[in-house]
Amino acid sequence: MSDVPHPSKSIDLRVLRYRPAFDQEPVFVSYRVAYSDDMSVLQALQSIKDTQDGSLSFRWSCRMAVCGSCGMMINGAPKLACNTFVRDLGPNAVTIEPLQNFPIERDLVVTVGDFVRKIESIYPYIIPKVPKPVEDGAYLQTPAQMAAYESFSDCINCMLCYAACPQFGANPDFIGPGAMAMLQRYNGDSRDGGRQLRLDQIHGEDGVWSCTAVGICSDVCPKQVDPANAVNQNKTNSALDFFLHALRPGERS
Amino acid sequence: MEHFDADILILGAGGAGLRAAIAAAESAPDLAIALVSKVYPMRSHTVAAEGGSAGVIQSHDSLDNHFNDTVSGGDWLCEQDVVEYFVAHCTREMVQLEHWGCPWSRKPDGHINVRAFGGMKIERTWFAADRSGFHILHTLFQTSTRFPAIKRFDEHFCVDLLVDDGRVQGAVVLSLSTGEFTAIHARAVVIATGGAGRVFRQNTNGGIVTGDGMALAYRHGVPLRDMEFVQYHPTCLPGTGILITEACRGEGAFLLNKDGNRYLQDYGLGPAEPQPRNKYMELGPRDRLSQAFWHEQRKGRTITTPQGDAVLLDLRHLGPAKIKERLPLIVDLAREFMGIDATTTPIPVRPAVHYTMGGILVDIHTASPLAGLFAAGECSSVGIHGANRLGSNSLAELSVFGRVAGEQAAEFARGSSAPRRSDQAEAVEAGALALLTQKGSGEHHAALRAEMGASMEKGCGIYRLGTEMQETCDKLAELRQRYAGITLQDKSRAWNTDWVTAIELGFQLDVAQAMAHAALARTESRGAHQRLDGFETRDDVNFLRHSLAHHQGAAAPTISYAPVTITRSPPGSRAYGAAGEHEEATRKDAAAPIGHPPTQDTLHV
Repeated sequence: MSDVPHPSKSIDLRVLRYRPAFDQEPVFVSYRVAYSDDMSVLQALQSIKDTQDGSLSFRWSCRMAVCGSCGMMINGAPKLACNTFVRDLGPNAVTIEPLQNFPIERDLVVTVGDFVRKIESIYPYIIPKVPKPVEDGAYLQTPAQMAAYESFSDCINCMLCYAACPQFGANPDFIGPGAMAMLQRYNGDSRDGGRQLRLDQIHGEDGVWSCTAVGICSDVCPKQVDPANAVNQNKTNSALDFFLHALRPGERS
Repeated sequence: MEHFDADILILGAGGAGLRAAIAAAESAPDLAIALVSKVYPMRSHTVAAEGGSAGVIQSHDSLDNHFNDTVSGGDWLCEQDVVEYFVAHCTREMVQLEHWGCPWSRKPDGHINVRAFGGMKIERTWFAADRSGFHILHTLFQTSTRFPAIKRFDEHFCVDLLVDDGRVQGAVVLSLSTGEFTAIHARAVVIATGGAGRVFRQNTNGGIVTGDGMALAYRHGVPLRDMEFVQYHPTCLPGTGILITEACRGEGAFLLNKDGNRYLQDYGLGPAEPQPRNKYMELGPRDRLSQAFWHEQRKGRTITTPQGDAVLLDLRHLGPAKIKERLPLIVDLAREFMGIDATTTPIPVRPAVHYTMGGILVDIHTASPLAGLFAAGECSSVGIHGANRLGSNSLAELSVFGRVAGEQAAEFARGSSAPRRSDQAEAVEAGALALLTQKGSGEHHAALRAEMGASMEKGCGIYRLGTEMQETCDKLAELRQRYAGITLQDKSRAWNTDWVTAIELGFQLDVAQAMAHAALARTESRGAHQRLDGFETRDDVNFLRHSLAHHQGAAAPTISYAPVTITRSPPGSRAYGAAGEHEEATRKDAAAPIGHPPTQDTLHV
């Protein structure tokens, strides 16, 4: 499966293993892996699974950093395994752990369902500002209008930002940077009229105000989505919304 | 074992499965829809499609143009009535995606922009930078959450279909998280599980692209059609096979050999001009370009990289601004995986397996011969791709026929009785558990997978020989025997990926056999199936026919043939470049135009 030519060097990978039926708690297991300069951490894990220990479990699919499956902690930092290269990690043993801040289901596999429910909670679809039938054609949207939301639409849902976020680590109910970026993706879209519905969703204590502006979410994002910017924009929007609501009570029920 | 009652079961939640689910929910909100995916839907391999999706939009284009490009691109092995329906419905689907939020790239005035693509006479490829599949998939997934009728089974793996009384009645799925089984009973089932490119060693596909749905239908007696036609995409990273989109060439990139020559002019695609004309040179079809690479390699005109021979994809003359605007993902991939700045350095590329033109036999309504079973997207053979698919026709296909499949399944479900519960589901569970616990010979399946990939590449590659295809057929028979005796290294239930990948390998071996045997039996050359052993030309007398591979249990498949539907374009000479232009000018296809083209003017796009 791992398609790496001419492995010339070798390195130790310390992988955190946890098999619910066997292990009381997670334990590190070391594997020695031969590698060449173009070998990704994902390929190293595949080589362990194919040739040393078929019981090692991890998620992966596209191996080109777009499906968002293979997030894990590599030497303590949240990374995609497919675009992190072994050559950049040595010469000491490389530590590989499941994404921080999420429950471990097994080995490097963490629970994703909670994150997906957060995405679902923010109305992640166009609520048309001006509904019209498909037969009437596409909406106009200038490149400038697209620029208002486009970078937020590039989120691959890899959850690295959640693994990096201290607020999410302290409060798992915090809506978190990824879902906030998606919220901003729709609120910023000129075709959308669902902004109020979504803002109501993030006023609460687990919403936008839980963020303490650490900004590390944007640092670890592999797609330059800049979720910290989305959070900040929503703080402004949320504050403005709250202020207007206080001025004009009863307008929204 | 758990049981779940649905009206419609959809297997696979990539572009086609999600589009089917939304169509079913919109057309029949009262029906219960179970949507099963072995990954979270946004991980599905639609995510990796880059270049864009076809739909006629410009006033100087026409549905006839899209039809003619598709049918000649498929070397006339297309179902022409289905292609007519397809081209007439692409644009509406692209607009529908726009309404759902897909961030299609725009012109300065806010109208939809389109780009050129290989084998397409006029620019008609809608694109979202070079992340078109990613945006289509996320748009569909996020939109699907609007519909309460859609009950998702994320990270559930389909082990087998339930077929009783001559019709499909559901499926048995395995929860990856718990290792427990659920029988989902349904009146209608849609398979939308994608392709099977992973049966080849070097490919552009994600690890999940293992032909599951194809194998499931095939084992239950549904023929797989035209499986010998496997697309090599001409521009992929050597070693990994990571896709470097055709949109690079759509935007004007050159393909160079080691001497810096645009070698495609030596293969009937010229003349070479500074700005490649549509259907010339770099904008030729994928099969021809991959074949040209093969010849260059044998002539010693390729460059050598640590991961094998390559040619060069040169974007430099497009300028950094255009490259970064139109091809940002390519810039990232070149940097991350090759250490190259694509704005200053050409990217080494070579062909890798990309797409299965064939698949589950279905009619224009996406219905398979098995009552209640529908299929859409890459897993299906609805008949639009023939012997070679044109780039940007597959995202359009999953939109158009995903919608058809959802609506047809809803209609079938309404008109059929409740599924019958039998002890079949328990037998399926017992079979899967037997694989988990069997003592076996001690051999691990990873070795078999590697041998399969290498053998398919050797026997069923860009050019094929009877002797080598026979060796591949023999190898696959041997691998199936050895597969029966594999020993798993992981005997647990929760997140046992050793177990699931072993079941997937069983699917892959069956699908690979269909490909290899259909290839061996086709003694002609057409589209992506090119032979070098005395059958170098197209043979319309004997092979203007679809192949049908029929599963025969543990034995090798049998191959039969079915006629091709010709409505308006009799088989002609398939040519590109100047020769193609001459050919087109001298053809006289007498038929009324296909409806009115929905253009910018009529659609306000």
